[in-house]
Amino acid sequence: MLIFILKRLGFMALTMVIVSMVLFILLETNLFYKGDVATRVLGPYVSAEQREMWREQHGYNEPTYKRYFLWLGHFVTGDLGSSLRFKGPVNDILWGRLWNTAILGFWVFAIMIPVSLILGILAGMREGSKLDRTISVTSIITTSVPEFASCVIFAAIFVFGLKLLPGTSGMADGFDFKQLILPVLVLFTYDFGYVARMTRASMAEVMTTQYIRTAVLKGLPYKRVIMRHALRNALIAPFTVIMLQINWLLSGVIVVEFFFAYKGFGALLLEASLNQDIALLEACAMVAVFVAVGTQMIADIGYTYLNPRIRFS
Amino acid sequence: MADSRDEPVLEIKDLNLSYYTRAGEIPAVIDFSLEVMKGETIGLVGESGCGKSTVAMAIMQYMGSNGGIKSGSIKFKGRDLNKMSDEELRRLRGAEISMIYQEPFAALNPSLTIGTQLMEVPITHEHIPEPAAYDRAVQMLSDVKLPDPERVMAAYPHQVSGGQQQRVVIAMALLSQPSLLLLDEPTTALDVTVEAGIVKLIADISRKYGTSQIYISHNLGLILETCDRVFVMYSGEVVEEGTINSLFTWPKHPYTHGLFGCIPLPTADKNAAPLKPIRGQLPLPHERPRGCNFGPRCDFFEGGRCDDKNIAMTSVTGSGATDHRVRCLRWQEIDYGKQVAHGEVKPPMEVGEKVLEINNMQKYYEIHDRSIAALIAGKTVKLVKANEAIDFDARRGETVAIVGESGCGKSTFAKVLMGLETATSGVVRHEGNDISQIAVRQRDTKQIGSLQMVFQSPSDTLNPSHTVGNQIGRVIKKFGVESDKAKIRERVLKLLDVVKLPRDFYFRRPRQLSGGQKQRVGIARAFAGNPSMVIADEPVSALDVSVAAAVTELLMEIQREHKTTLLFISHDLSVVRYLADSIVVMYLGQIMERGSTEEIFSPPYHPYTEALLSAVPIADPEVTKREIVLEGNLPSVMNPPAGCPFVTRCPRKLGKVCEDERPPVQMAADGHAIACHIPLEELRKIESVIKVPQLDERIHVKGTKETATVD
Repeated sequence: MLIFILKRLGFMALTMVIVSMVLFILLETNLFYKGDVATRVLGPYVSAEQREMWREQHGYNEPTYKRYFLWLGHFVTGDLGSSLRFKGPVNDILWGRLWNTAILGFWVFAIMIPVSLILGILAGMREGSKLDRTISVTSIITTSVPEFASCVIFAAIFVFGLKLLPGTSGMADGFDFKQLILPVLVLFTYDFGYVARMTRASMAEVMTTQYIRTAVLKGLPYKRVIMRHALRNALIAPFTVIMLQINWLLSGVIVVEFFFAYKGFGALLLEASLNQDIALLEACAMVAVFVAVGTQMIADIGYTYLNPRIRFS
Repeated sequence: MADSRDEPVLEIKDLNLSYYTRAGEIPAVIDFSLEVMKGETIGLVGESGCGKSTVAMAIMQYMGSNGGIKSGSIKFKGRDLNKMSDEELRRLRGAEISMIYQEPFAALNPSLTIGTQLMEVPITHEHIPEPAAYDRAVQMLSDVKLPDPERVMAAYPHQVSGGQQQRVVIAMALLSQPSLLLLDEPTTALDVTVEAGIVKLIADISRKYGTSQIYISHNLGLILETCDRVFVMYSGEVVEEGTINSLFTWPKHPYTHGLFGCIPLPTADKNAAPLKPIRGQLPLPHERPRGCNFGPRCDFFEGGRCDDKNIAMTSVTGSGATDHRVRCLRWQEIDYGKQVAHGEVKPPMEVGEKVLEINNMQKYYEIHDRSIAALIAGKTVKLVKANEAIDFDARRGETVAIVGESGCGKSTFAKVLMGLETATSGVVRHEGNDISQIAVRQRDTKQIGSLQMVFQSPSDTLNPSHTVGNQIGRVIKKFGVESDKAKIRERVLKLLDVVKLPRDFYFRRPRQLSGGQKQRVGIARAFAGNPSMVIADEPVSALDVSVAAAVTELLMEIQREHKTTLLFISHDLSVVRYLADSIVVMYLGQIMERGSTEEIFSPPYHPYTEALLSAVPIADPEVTKREIVLEGNLPSVMNPPAGCPFVTRCPRKLGKVCEDERPPVQMAADGHAIACHIPLEELRKIESVIKVPQLDERIHVKGTKETATVD
C-alpha cells in the first residue's frame, strides 16, 4: 500500500512538472504565441528601451531553459511572481480567492453528496418503481439545464420575483451567508443529477447481482441486505465520480462566480486570462492542475480501499 | 413441527409458474407436482430453458419482479409458502431452506470477508453472540474439509480457489442445518476431480444431518450418482418421474429415451454406437405446440392424438416401481427394444501418414514481479511453465484428444499450434514444416487455411454485425480457395449443406441463431479452407446435451468425409472416450499419460488418469466405478511442485522420490507412455476403475420387465 501511495505521489509530481513545461512554453516563449513577451506584458504603448529594460530585469535575455528553471525554482519556493492586473504579488490575491471558492465548494458538496447518494440509492434499490422514475427524470432535467441558464432562472425567481435573496454575492460588507445561497443552489442543481444517476445505475446493477440474491435467500433482514451487502459495492463507482466533481467545480465556478460577482478562483482565472496577466495565469493553472492530480490520487487510494479485489491482488 | 417420516418435507401440488413480459404471459412451469420426504434427494434434470431453476426460485419465493406463481401450492412442513408474509419467509430462508448456487464466485459478496458472510447466518437466525457464531462458522468450514479454516474466515472470496469458494457456499447453506437444501447445478463451474469431491461432501453431510435435497442438473450421470428419485423436465413440464433405477433402466418417455441416446457412455465409441441426437430444437415458451410439447421432435408422434389436448401424467404399471409416472399417451405402445438405441454403425476410419509431429515442445511465459521483495532478491522475472516437454504425433484422419483440468496447459498448446504464441523450444511439425517458431502473421494463407480451429463459445467468435454468408465467404476468399464471387457463394451454400443448416441462413446474422446453430457456423468456417487439421477447443461444452450430441456427430461426419485430423481439447472424459482414437492426458503443463483410447481407459493407468476416470459421472446404473476422491486443490501453475506435478494430490504417492524427481516416462506398450515413478508391474496390477457389465448380463438383454425391479 505504501509503495502504491509513493508511486502515485511520484506520478503526481511528474505530471505537474510536465504541465509546468507546457505552460511555460505556451506563455513565456514565442514558439506558439507570436510577438514579443515584453509587448504582451507591458502593452503596445511603451518605448523600445523600456521593453529592453523590462526584459533585462525579468531575465528574458537569458536562454529559455535557464529561465524555465529559474521560474520553476521561484514557483517551488513559493514566489509566484507579481500580478500586473492587481499590481501586487500573486500570493496576496490567489489564496484569498481560492479560499472563497473553497467555501463555495464546501457547501455545494456538503449538500450535493448526501442528497444525490441517498436519492440515487433509493432509486436504484427498486429499479423501475415510481420513486425511481421520479428521481431519474428530475435528475436528467436538472443536469441538462446549463449553469448560465439556471443562474438566470434562479435570479429571476428569488431575486426579482420573490425578492428573497440578493442578486450579487460580492460580499462587500464582509461574509454574508445569504449571498452564498444562490451560487450554491445553481452549482448543486447542475451537479447533483449527475452523481445521483451514477449512484442509481451502480446500485441498480448491484441489486441484480447473485450475491444480493444470496444475501436475501440467507434470510437476512432487508435493511441488512442493503446496508451491509449492497451499499459498499454500490458506492465504488460514485466515489470516483464525486472526486472528479471537485475538479469540475474548479472550472465550473467561472460562470457562477462571474454571474453573481463572487470573488472566487473562477472569476480570478477569467480576469487573469482577459488581461494577459501571465504570472497570475500561470499560478492559477498550476493550482488547478494540482487539485486535479491530487483529487485523482485520493480517488485511486479510496478506490483500492473500497474494493478488496484490488487491495489484495 | 411435523417430523414424522410419513409427512413430506416439501409438497408441491399442481404448480403453475409464469413470467409476465410485454409479449404477454409466458408459462414457465406447467402442472408441476413433487413430494420430498425427509432425507430424500430428488433430481431435476432437463436442458436449459426447461424451467428447472424456476422451480427452485419458486420454492424460495424469489421470482423477480416479472415472475409469479399462477396457481398451485408449495407446502413446506405443512405450511403454504405462497401464503406467507415476507417476514415469515425471511425466517425460513437460510434457516430451514437454503440454497447452493451454480457459480460460487458470483454468489459471494466480493467486498465482505468470508467470515462475515458466514457468521451473519447464525447471528440473524439464532441471535447468538458473535464469538459463538465465529466458532460455529470455523467448525462448519472444517466440516466441509477446508484446510486452515481461520485463514479462510479472514479471506475475501477472490482469495480462495473455485473449489474452495463452492465449499464456502456449501458451509453457508448448512450453517443452520436446514431441512431442505436446493442445489442449482452446484458443480457445473468446477473441474471434474473437484466436482467429485464436492459431490461426495454434499452426500456425506446430508446423510449426517438428514437433510432433504433437490438437486438440479443437466448432467444425467451426476443425477444418477446423487439422487433417489428423478424428475425429467422438458419445456416447462415434467415428462417423466421415477426412482433412479426404474427410470434409468426403463425410460418410458421418448424424450428421456432420446436424452440417453445423446450422451456418450463409457461403453460406446463413435464407430460401434454413434450418438443419436434428438432432431429439431426446444420450442420457445410462447411457441409451444398443442398437446405434447415434445411432439414435433418425437419419432413416435401420432397426428390427431398427440397434438389433440394437454397430456396428463400417468402411472407406469407393470414395471414394479410404484411411483414411476410418465407424460405420454403412447408409452405402452412404444417398444424401445426394437429400436436401435444408437445411430448407424460405421466402419472405423483408416488413419494415414503423420500430419502433426510434436517433439519436446516447451512454452514458458515470463511473469514480471514488481514487489519490493522481488526487487531486492533480484528475481523480478518468473518463468511459468505452461507447457513442458510435449511429445506426440497425430495421423491423417485420426482424432487425438487432449484431456486435462483448468490450468493444465491445453489451451496454451492450442495457441502455439495456431501460431498465436511461439514455442519456447522444441519442434512442432505440421505436414513436414516446423511451425513452432512461426507466428500466425508470418504464416502463408495455405498454412493458416490448413490448420483451423473451432472455438468453445460460438457466440463470442462470430462477428455480430456480419451475415453468416459473409463470414464464411470471407474465409474462402482469404484462403484463396475461390476468388470468383459466384463461386464463393456456391461454396458457402455447400458448406451450409455440409453442416446441415438451411441455405437461407446465408443472410442471417449471429443473433438470429441458437447456440447449436452458431457452433455449426463455426465449424463451417473452420472447414472452409479445406484444412488438413482442425483443433476443436471444447466445442460442445457450452451446449445442451441434445444439441451437443448433434454437433459432435456433425463434426465426426465431416471429419470422416474430409479425412481431417482432429485435435479435440476437452475436460470431459466421456466425450473423449466416445470420439477419440488416442488420448493425451495433461496435468500442470505436462503429459502424464498418452496412448490409444483403449489403453488409457484400461490399466495400467497413471494415478491421475485413474482419478479422472473415477470422477466422470456415468449415466448408466449398471456400470460400477471404483471411488477415488482427490484431496486438495490443483496447485498453481506459477508454483508447481518440483518433482512430479501430481505429487500434492496423488493417492499412490511413493514418497520423497515423487516430490524431488521428475517421473520417468515408461512405455507400457508401443505408443502408450506413462510418466510415473511407480514401476509398470505395480501399475499393471491395479484393477479397472470402470466396470461395464457384459452385454448379455444387461437387464435389457435378460429380457422381462420383472427383472427391472431392482429398487
